[in-house]
Amino acid sequence: MTKIFKHIQTSVVPLPIENIDTDQIIPARFLKATTREGFGNNLFRDWRFDENDNPKQDFVLNNPTYSGKILVAGKNFGCGSSREHAAWAISDYGFDAVVSSFFADIFKGNALNNGLLPVQVSDDFLKKIFDAVFADHTAEVEIDLENQFIKISSTGEQESFEINPYKKACLINGYDDIDYILSNTEKIVEYEQAPNPLRGNRSGSDKHL
Amino acid sequence: MGKTLFDKIWDAHVVSSKEGFPDILYIDTHFIHEVTSPQAFDGLRQRGLPVFRPKQTVATADHNVPTWNQHLPIKEELSRYQVDMLTKNCAEFGIELYGLGHPYQGIVHVIGPELGVTRPGCTYVCGDSHTSTHGAFGAIAFGIGTSQVEQVLATQCLLQSRPKRMKIEVNGQLQKGVGAKDIILYIISQISAAGGTGFAVEYAGDAIRSLSMEGRMTICNMSIEMGARCGLIAPDDTTINYVKGREFAPKGEEWDKAVAYWKTLYSDEDAQFDEVLSFKAEDIEPMITYGTNPGMGIGVTQHIPATEDFEQKEQGSYKKALDYMGLHDDEQLLGKPIDYVFIGSCTNSRIEDLRQVAAFVKGKQKAENVTVWVVPGSKQVEAQAKAEGLDKIFEAAGFPLREPGCSACLGMNEDKIPAGKYCVSTSNRNFEGRQGPNSRTFLASPLTAAAAAVTGRVTDIRELLNEGELVG
Repeated sequence: MTKIFKHIQTSVVPLPIENIDTDQIIPARFLKATTREGFGNNLFRDWRFDENDNPKQDFVLNNPTYSGKILVAGKNFGCGSSREHAAWAISDYGFDAVVSSFFADIFKGNALNNGLLPVQVSDDFLKKIFDAVFADHTAEVEIDLENQFIKISSTGEQESFEINPYKKACLINGYDDIDYILSNTEKIVEYEQAPNPLRGNRSGSDKHL
Repeated sequence: MGKTLFDKIWDAHVVSSKEGFPDILYIDTHFIHEVTSPQAFDGLRQRGLPVFRPKQTVATADHNVPTWNQHLPIKEELSRYQVDMLTKNCAEFGIELYGLGHPYQGIVHVIGPELGVTRPGCTYVCGDSHTSTHGAFGAIAFGIGTSQVEQVLATQCLLQSRPKRMKIEVNGQLQKGVGAKDIILYIISQISAAGGTGFAVEYAGDAIRSLSMEGRMTICNMSIEMGARCGLIAPDDTTINYVKGREFAPKGEEWDKAVAYWKTLYSDEDAQFDEVLSFKAEDIEPMITYGTNPGMGIGVTQHIPATEDFEQKEQGSYKKALDYMGLHDDEQLLGKPIDYVFIGSCTNSRIEDLRQVAAFVKGKQKAENVTVWVVPGSKQVEAQAKAEGLDKIFEAAGFPLREPGCSACLGMNEDKIPAGKYCVSTSNRNFEGRQGPNSRTFLASPLTAAAAAVTGRVTDIRELLNEGELVG
């Protein structure tokens, strides 16, 4: 069961940096856990803490002025490694949505599979959100998944966003991909048994096909 | 209308296609490793599900393993635990594991091809973004997250929307000293670290065709560094000759049938791509990156950009990257002293890479100021290198051949580049902290890395190659 997401309205945490890769979101040395919990402690670890584990005062997560359930970041967010730990860390820290003008593919999929909503907005709208929050740190942003819009509460400016209709239904209802695929097991077995040129593409090995 | 290579393979793997839903795509082989699989196995336990097709799952330990004294227990407790967990999970779910000590162990994207598991026309996934490597064989291969690893373990299928198609052609004659790594670093520097996002990229053109399978794997490996879903190259005689005779490759009549099918795998002449890009091989210099994403690359003789060359909103990110790297506007990297050289990773740790480095360093000595790590991609690469005496050449040059693993590519195992140090690296990512907290990475080809190992500086390999010398 996926975490349910329908609608939120909160203040936001601004991170106006482009090309934030998943190594920044969660460095590899923290990927050694074998459960999904606790990654939030190391979210943006090397931007957040110095080499002696003291908080870096100039990093936004250490600035009490900014808080909220929405992380707003520069374009090409989540590029690089496929580590789902990045989505787990953002979610575990307490964010429910990430807003950017562009998302890397794998991160977007991972976020959606964990009830963390990636909202892609235009460059202009992203700038408007940054302007609003830097003008007033309490500025709130509303995200309505059902109606697919994002709105800056103080100015009323809004924009619609795209989402795959299947993934939208999953988030709103807590559906899960595995349940959906398993409901097609017969088709999978049928596929495996059908004549297929790739059947000749097998080694006959008892270890691997 | 004709079909692209990508569409031919995709269409042959669609189990179910329904309006408004992603396709259910059949996965021929699922590669797993210790880092991105434990939570997926836990998920199966919680659901009470078996692994649907264990024989179509190939497992190895690579990210956490030490590359020195592999016969001893892994020192770091959490790394050891994660590797042990993989052993336990594979035993419980009936998956063949090529773990530490096994003659097939190695980096997951090196062992698949060398075992003949990776073949044209198939689909491959792994909880690792460099799975795109396997596309070099004319296959669809891409990285997935752990929830999807669980999905594939449970069903041998993946829910996936069809990406757009891009063709990138490179035609012409490469300069001496310029190779596959330079081609891909050049392409990414031209289209940026996000330029391929949303696309499956087919590489074509005579400069790509002329590459060995190792070179093609280097190209496809870094497709993800421009954001692409996957990269692929149509199979030809080079591909077929590489696969033939390998451990798990088809044999006898099966082989003949397979080859006949593989020969149908190319983009039809009238196939439509969503985007087509063309580059000239002659324009490509030996490449090096200067920044903190793989798109920030230049020819080794060029100067890095100035902050004012960028649009206002990009200047902050650019300045942050230069500060991190300890570089300034308009600097030239050529001649800059470096501290480490790393030759390895799923991008450049195959036998051809090691041969090329050995051919260059033979009879030379590493510079005193530089620590050099040469890490083979697999036990089989290591054995081959030793059989050819490459280990002796490296030792004579002042550095040993290490043992296989991901090593200093990602700062997860014992091999880390210290804070503030510069490393010329044949790996795939120069992100902040990628090779260890506050490490500074210059991505380059094996030859450029070998040159830096010898001179202790960022070097133009072309100046060190003798006329007519075959390396490169």
